[in-house]
Amino acid sequence: MQSSTTSTKTVQAVTGITVRLCGDSGDGMQLLGTQLTNTSALAGNDVATFPDFPAEIRAPRGTRAGVSGFQVQFASEAIFTPGDQLDALVVMNPAAMVTNMADLRKGGILIANEDGFNDKEFKLAKVDKNPLENEVLESSYRVFKVPMTKLTRDAVSDKGLSPKVADRCKNFFAMGLVYWLFGRSLEPTLRFIDDKFGKKPDVAQANEAALRAGWAYGETTEAFGESYQVEAAELAPGTYTSMMGNQALAWGLMTAAKLSGKDMFYGTYPITPASDILHELTRYKNFGVRTFQAEDEIAAVCSTIGAAFGGAMAVTASSGPGIALKAEGMGLGLMLEMPMIIINVQRGGPSTGLPTKTEQSDLLQAMFARNGESPLPILAPRSPGDCFYMAIEAWRIAVECMCPVILLSDGYIANGSEPWKLPKLDELAKIVIKHPAGTDGSEVFKPYARDKNLARPWAIPGTPGLTHRVGGLEKEDITGNVSYDPDNHQHMTNTRAAKVAKIAERIPKQDVFGDETGDVLVISWGGTYGTCHTAVRRCQRAGQKVSHAHIRYMNPLPSNIGELMRGFKTVVVPELNTGQLRMLLRATYLVDCIGINKVKGKPFSIAELTEAIQSHVTQTGGSGQSSADRSKAVAS
Amino acid sequence: MNLPVLKAADFASDQDIRWCPGCGDYSILAQMKKILPELGVPREKIVFISGIGCSSRFPYYMNTYGMHSIHGRAPAFATGLKSTRPELMVWVITGDGDALSIGGNHFIHCLRRNLDVNIVLFNNRIYGLTKGQYSPTSVEGQVTKSTPMGAIDHPLNPLSVALAAEATFVARSIDAHVKHLGEMLIRSAQHKGTSLLEVYQNCNVFNDGAMAYAQEKSQRAENTIELEHGKPLIFGAERDKGIRLTGSHLEVVKLSDVAIDDLLIHDEKDPNPSIQMMLARMRYPEMPEPIGVLRAVEGIATYDDQINEQVTRARKSKGEGDLEALYASGDCWTVN
Repeated sequence: MQSSTTSTKTVQAVTGITVRLCGDSGDGMQLLGTQLTNTSALAGNDVATFPDFPAEIRAPRGTRAGVSGFQVQFASEAIFTPGDQLDALVVMNPAAMVTNMADLRKGGILIANEDGFNDKEFKLAKVDKNPLENEVLESSYRVFKVPMTKLTRDAVSDKGLSPKVADRCKNFFAMGLVYWLFGRSLEPTLRFIDDKFGKKPDVAQANEAALRAGWAYGETTEAFGESYQVEAAELAPGTYTSMMGNQALAWGLMTAAKLSGKDMFYGTYPITPASDILHELTRYKNFGVRTFQAEDEIAAVCSTIGAAFGGAMAVTASSGPGIALKAEGMGLGLMLEMPMIIINVQRGGPSTGLPTKTEQSDLLQAMFARNGESPLPILAPRSPGDCFYMAIEAWRIAVECMCPVILLSDGYIANGSEPWKLPKLDELAKIVIKHPAGTDGSEVFKPYARDKNLARPWAIPGTPGLTHRVGGLEKEDITGNVSYDPDNHQHMTNTRAAKVAKIAERIPKQDVFGDETGDVLVISWGGTYGTCHTAVRRCQRAGQKVSHAHIRYMNPLPSNIGELMRGFKTVVVPELNTGQLRMLLRATYLVDCIGINKVKGKPFSIAELTEAIQSHVTQTGGSGQSSADRSKAVAS
Repeated sequence: MNLPVLKAADFASDQDIRWCPGCGDYSILAQMKKILPELGVPREKIVFISGIGCSSRFPYYMNTYGMHSIHGRAPAFATGLKSTRPELMVWVITGDGDALSIGGNHFIHCLRRNLDVNIVLFNNRIYGLTKGQYSPTSVEGQVTKSTPMGAIDHPLNPLSVALAAEATFVARSIDAHVKHLGEMLIRSAQHKGTSLLEVYQNCNVFNDGAMAYAQEKSQRAENTIELEHGKPLIFGAERDKGIRLTGSHLEVVKLSDVAIDDLLIHDEKDPNPSIQMMLARMRYPEMPEPIGVLRAVEGIATYDDQINEQVTRARKSKGEGDLEALYASGDCWTVN
């Protein structure tokens, strides 16, 4: 069998390719995308991905609602996003084509599974006529119509599979063709097929045959004149793997447990897009991980508090609606002054909202959605790989402060991936936890005594002499006894706030990409990092005095944020919400900020963000806008 | 074994007790302090977790570890604690509103998981702490602050709920019947798996005498029946009445008419809860209400044992987790 994957045709070197693979949600597009990502990463490219799939597991077949897509950018230079405009688009049916064509750049490559374009599919996609039969299309793009279903059937005909099973191999055919086009090696995917389908040799062989047939189709048909090669990127020396955000969170949590000498308890309830953290963690019981799939979100957070009381590293995770249910539990955790981590993988809201789409609209929920005066530390990773480090940081802060810590991820980084340099365990700082030792009980234990961080001792059941009771009623400081004393309540409210505020003394100052003074400071947080960074870099390359501060510590904010803001003529805050960080910044520092806001369940594109930022560079100096105009929605 | 020599007073915390004078809770607290020394478990290995309500102040009065948590959620806190610290003795203190209304979900899930904790449900058939609204165990027609024309809800029977959830230990006792209560607390503690003990508890402020038929010594013998494993079901001040299984229902019979051999023999160990459910459904005034252990099935795996057993098994089969090996477990590439 042919094993060469070196094309004999012309190969054109390019610095980066953005490709989107789209089909029906049952077409295996996510698998295709993941494989292309891993293969590109293994080729040494910098990669960034963005899966985009419907909330329904099997949305009505062939419809626009059922389209599942996976976008990946791979490049020979450092990239921070999955790309904007597509260089290539692969579509398996008309619905996938009509919902994605707008993003294909002029002159870009369109590969369509011709067999998926028939009257039945047109009806399902609600198109009048075949969208491939269009003169404008042919003149604007490089269109390749490939009868993938038929070619796949031919390729696997000798495997004895039913037509239905045989047709399922067509994503591997598409993969082979894409691999040919972009000079990718088949080896990693062949290994994957062997691992995944090894127990069903006929299916494994069929998938391999389809993959090779796709590659051979590109190599032999005259339609494809040349392929493209993306050289390896210049990453820092080290060993890398492709990392998704939720996986990085899981691994970061396990690492934090190890660094602190704890076993982990993970109490949770299934919810998109957080469930993958559970799926990942539950595989690692030999690391001392205990996962508890609770009866509801409330039980999940309460079990987490119970485990924390017992001395475990306790973690719960959810998405916005689940976090709403956990609010009372989070308040109790705060009142008990117990360390734990609460992860919110944000999705489009409110209510059930857009479960599989990304948004950054739970920042104010994290800040304020509890009864009473109830500040909690909040961290926000900026990329898939950063989730690993922020999970560790969350646990460090939780035990230093004896306080629940909120970690705000989002659907974009949860499901996105990037190259991740394997860390060395001994280079990660230990997390020191000291449980008070047992006594003979002659002295009354003081469960709410405080250390320099205002943290109370973490005395755990089983320790002689330290028996004590905790609860949601207001506590007298030091003794921990129930207290309704007015001055004590004031004191405890102040203490809980001061405890969180003091974290700012220990976290790094905010770093800035670009000069520390200038015309425009772009302040962002969470998953928009890559887009904001790239947009600011474009502005800087255009000679504009634009800098970027990406905040990872949301509460308390780094101590130099106010000073930084005052060093620029204009502060611009892009967010995938209607202006939540902007509100906090204005309220905290009394410095005006301009919002760039969007809530479409989609990330910013670099182009739209660059344009929006640049519009403020030219406006700098003229501040005659009314505040109502200051939040600029990105026009569709 | 060297048992710690403790007395009831050793289990009293230094906090003033703030229940209303005459509340049935005092009796339950006293019995708990009395029986704990008999169990031989050190104070620091015992944890009381409660929800919200009058009964849920209980942990503050015990010199053990304790948590006064969130309304209805005590079983969930207990699950996290017991799953990670299975060596601790964990008690869940709850009430009829706490366990059966706001916390109904956690209650049934704790029971079906068979977490090795002891749930003591103080049932006074009223909301006391919020001053007198009807509860999920209030009787139909009961006039309360929130039901001036009478409650229209059909009440829940905690024992029936527990049996339906396939609880492995289900029992009932009465605050005023102190000796029996002490015995039932000990039985609950000794059971491996979730034990549910319902305690009829008088709220002398908002629902005084609601269960007088069972609490008053003078009425108790006629209106309740003390279940004993392997013994025929006999009750009455003169022990002149019994319970007979006829077809698919239970009936009260006079021993003057029916031979003792024809009475139902109580089997708390029967894995099939059908007859236990029939007993649970006996209600005053038509029938005597059962007290004692309805069900005590041993040998069912507990949640805490299993969650820890999986960790032990995984470590045995895969070895202790190696993080750096995990980091490198996917496809990797090296940049020089």
